[in-house]
Amino acid sequence: MSSHDHDHHHGDHDDHSELSETELRVRALETILTEKGYVDPAALDAIIQAYETRIGPHNGAQVVAKAWTDPAFKQALLEDATKAVSALGHVSRVGDHLVAVENTPKRHNMVVCTLCSCYPWEMLGLPPVWYKAAPYRSRAVKDPRGVLADFGVSLPKETEIRVWDSTAETRFLVLPMRPEGTAGFSEAQLAELVTRDSMIGTGFPKAPGAPS
Amino acid sequence: MNGVHDMGGMDGFGKVEPEPNEPMFHTEWEARVLAMTRAMGAAGAFNIDASRFFRETLPPDVYLSSSYYKKWLLGLQDLLVDKGFVTADDVAAGHAVKPAKPLKRGKFTTDDVERVMVRGKFGRAATRSAKFKPGDRVRAKNIHPTTHTRLPRYARGHVGVIERDHGCHVFPDSAAVDSGENPQWLYTVVFDAAELWGADADPTLKISIDAFEPYLDPA
Repeated sequence: MSSHDHDHHHGDHDDHSELSETELRVRALETILTEKGYVDPAALDAIIQAYETRIGPHNGAQVVAKAWTDPAFKQALLEDATKAVSALGHVSRVGDHLVAVENTPKRHNMVVCTLCSCYPWEMLGLPPVWYKAAPYRSRAVKDPRGVLADFGVSLPKETEIRVWDSTAETRFLVLPMRPEGTAGFSEAQLAELVTRDSMIGTGFPKAPGAPS
Repeated sequence: MNGVHDMGGMDGFGKVEPEPNEPMFHTEWEARVLAMTRAMGAAGAFNIDASRFFRETLPPDVYLSSSYYKKWLLGLQDLLVDKGFVTADDVAAGHAVKPAKPLKRGKFTTDDVERVMVRGKFGRAATRSAKFKPGDRVRAKNIHPTTHTRLPRYARGHVGVIERDHGCHVFPDSAAVDSGENPQWLYTVVFDAAELWGADADPTLKISIDAFEPYLDPA
């Protein structure tokens, strides 16, 4: 065991010895890949930095806020989200096959990947642990109201729920309903209200004036 | 393959537990695993379908008890050994003791980072016309391939309706096992919850999957 063990930050679910063994394995693999000339460790640093600074739910929030204020953009987004988002320029490029799905008073959309962890990284960043874990992946397609209850969210009992299982390279972004009491808000003010979970379909946007 | 990764509809995993203010990575090694996986994929060591397949083939007890990035680590190592980029001797030594195998796109350097920040394109030109159109009723085939597939078990044998046509895409079932891209038409297929889960299902619920044409029969 290395003398650095006590310096590690631990995940809640990893015990100490398991983490240390894992970390040693990760270091060994990176050593092998570096010594064989496959990767430059500085390039790995740069990938991590890019993920930490460039992607995240702020990208999706900008898209949602624009759709709330610009009907032509909203229509374009629902018709071809890849094209509409690419035209914005200021968010990272999304590649092909982004699909935006609109929540209405009649219909609520929710996104899952039952088989692995497919998620619109460019719009929402890396997925949270719960999105990738068995409870969500197993239940979202069968008992979405039960899953929503775990998030403290409930829907009217007559609301239709549509669950999108991301089984191919299509990626789904939920366009939540614009909160009441936001008339006259700027795009930037609206974007502040858009939560990550509201774009997955496991939450709603924040109400104006609510604590963040 | 009928693995434990195919979780849709399973019971007993408990409540969803969102973590307030969750960090992007919980430990530094998680970030290294993500970066190594992205870099080796971009360098041409494997495609995304193979990387998924190698996580699915982890033993069920390992899959269920490992954290997300632990699965990525184990899958990556198995995959690199399988493809010959790393050997069991390298792993045992914790160093490169065997010669390197050339990568399709060469060493991954800082010049390549932008490539991994742009999502890949999986759409391909159609070589034949689509068998189905929106509105068509289809039955998901009752198939049980022992290799990688993206047709979840809960949909197999059930009848749904084509809602969207996404054009032709790389077929993961082929790409995962190095049988080429074999592009296939891809559709969003919608199922009523009662069709999948029986009469007690939530009557307000519909579920869709994105299904490749070889997964579907007319119904």
